[in-house]
Amino acid sequence: MGERIIELRDIKKSYGQVYALGGVNLSVDRGEVVGLIGDNGAGKSTLIKILSGVVKPTSGEILVRGKPVSGWSAARSRDAGIETVFQDRALAVQQTIVRNIFMGRELTGFLGWLKVGKEIEEASRLMREIGFTSKVFTPQSIVGQLSGGERQGVAIARAIYKQAELIILDEPTTALSLTETAKVFHFVRQVRASGRSILFIGHNIHHVFDIADRFVVLDRGKVALTADRSEIKSADELINFMEDIAHPGGLPGLHEASGAEQRA
Amino acid sequence: MSKAMEPDLHNPLGGARGQAADKEWNHPSNHWLRGFVLDNRAALGTLGVFIVMMAVFMFANPTVFTTWYLYSSVLTTLPVALFVVVPLVFVVTCGEIDLSFPATMGFASWVFALVVQAGYDPFLGIAAAIVTGTLLGFLVGSLVVYGGLSSLIATLGMNFLLRGLIQIINEGKSTALTGLADSWAYKIFSSQIYGIPVQIFWAIAFVVFSALLYNRHRFGAQVKVVGDNPDSAKQMGIDVKRVRVKVFVFVGIGAAIAGTFSVMINFTWWPTAGDGYLLPVLASVFVGGTPTWGGIGTVVGGAIGAVTVSFIQTGVVAAGLSGFYVQFFNGLIIILSLLGHKWNQARYR
Repeated sequence: MGERIIELRDIKKSYGQVYALGGVNLSVDRGEVVGLIGDNGAGKSTLIKILSGVVKPTSGEILVRGKPVSGWSAARSRDAGIETVFQDRALAVQQTIVRNIFMGRELTGFLGWLKVGKEIEEASRLMREIGFTSKVFTPQSIVGQLSGGERQGVAIARAIYKQAELIILDEPTTALSLTETAKVFHFVRQVRASGRSILFIGHNIHHVFDIADRFVVLDRGKVALTADRSEIKSADELINFMEDIAHPGGLPGLHEASGAEQRA
Repeated sequence: MSKAMEPDLHNPLGGARGQAADKEWNHPSNHWLRGFVLDNRAALGTLGVFIVMMAVFMFANPTVFTTWYLYSSVLTTLPVALFVVVPLVFVVTCGEIDLSFPATMGFASWVFALVVQAGYDPFLGIAAAIVTGTLLGFLVGSLVVYGGLSSLIATLGMNFLLRGLIQIINEGKSTALTGLADSWAYKIFSSQIYGIPVQIFWAIAFVVFSALLYNRHRFGAQVKVVGDNPDSAKQMGIDVKRVRVKVFVFVGIGAAIAGTFSVMINFTWWPTAGDGYLLPVLASVFVGGTPTWGGIGTVVGGAIGAVTVSFIQTGVVAAGLSGFYVQFFNGLIIILSLLGHKWNQARYR
């Protein structure tokens, strides 16, 4: 694929004696949807926090567009165009879509007065870009009236407005119904089509399987599997693999990769 | 499962996607009147309550309610309330409360009285009062926000503290400002034009400015977002603490203007100046349709709420009932308004 947006090399993170991440390699290319799968406690959230700069890795290297970055921080992460969309606490539900998209970066003119017309215009453009159009809602609708999937759309539109190159979606479909999940997938595909990248995190393998170009399976702080979509025939194959690393014994070659020595 | 949901996932949002993408937004509230009503339902509801109330009063005593004197007296005192009701809408929207404004009114108008009594121009006194109000607002706000205190209790404490300070220093003595009536400041801020008290024009200007600030300015937008979801606001780079302090400063400024206006009506400053406004002003904010939970509110509704509350007292007495009925009707209007707003507003949190 295209340019490499970000690359993590041998990232380790320990909290005292406990390894949350024991040497993780992960990269995301431009225009790619990477599905990050892992059970609870696999290290997904630590990895997200490192990518967004909230948590600093104990050791390892971070490369932005091929260049190593020193002093990785939340600000550096933002400058690199990485935006994390958290499932619940992202939106102000009593406000309009417009107010949420421009939260903290209102379009203002003279003395801080809002350019309301321009904001609505820009919001419409952003929402069209991710395929979020509706006969029922306008950019001036209240977010509280939207469904779960549509709210994800608002959060994604906001991330795009913030010039995000890589949008990290943290469990975006976990609490959603099938139709709502379909809406989120629609937005994700539109974002990919616009040349941006998405790191899609989930523990529902079916959801991730349907949307990702590439899969990364995380298990107990290590990458247990990296595979292109073309290498995997069905979601069931992934599920079998996941079950296997959870209950080792079936395929002896695989659970070596899960890093038994790091578990202490 | 995965096979069954596949077609859905690859063709989401139904089949209309192709055409829908090019279509303009189409909203049920597209018609301007419907949109206007939906956007302003809280304020319009308050207006409805006010109209019904006035109709009842007029029916009870048509002669008194068609005399201008009644309205003139309400229009003299109403502006004082408006200057604090409106900033309080911002505070409540931000998820806080400020009970210290009566003492700020007293303190700032005291500074005004001192400056005028010392022989300086009343304009200078007004400026000094506003500076005092700003500083007090900043003090109260900083205490709540940076001290991490509950605004309900901390501002209540500040109200007692500042009022106590005024009382200790003045020992209960008032200050008469005899020369005030001849000054330019009095003519501009407190005289009458064709029998209409000029204060009301300043108050209306303040309400209009504040409504724009609330709906069309970055400050109002950030106040609403902070009151709605402070975590999200913080994540999006809004300085949540600074926004919170600013709303308290706004109340300080409004209280200073209100205190000064109340002194100019009476030509006298009392150490209790502002005290009587605590409950009517709070009632006005909530009668006006600003909910208690933060994130949303209405400046115009709050102003109409203030008009309603001002007319209750005058109205009850003028309608021929004894003063004992005033509190009863105050309570009745507050409860009915709250019920009305609950029915009228969708709650999203």
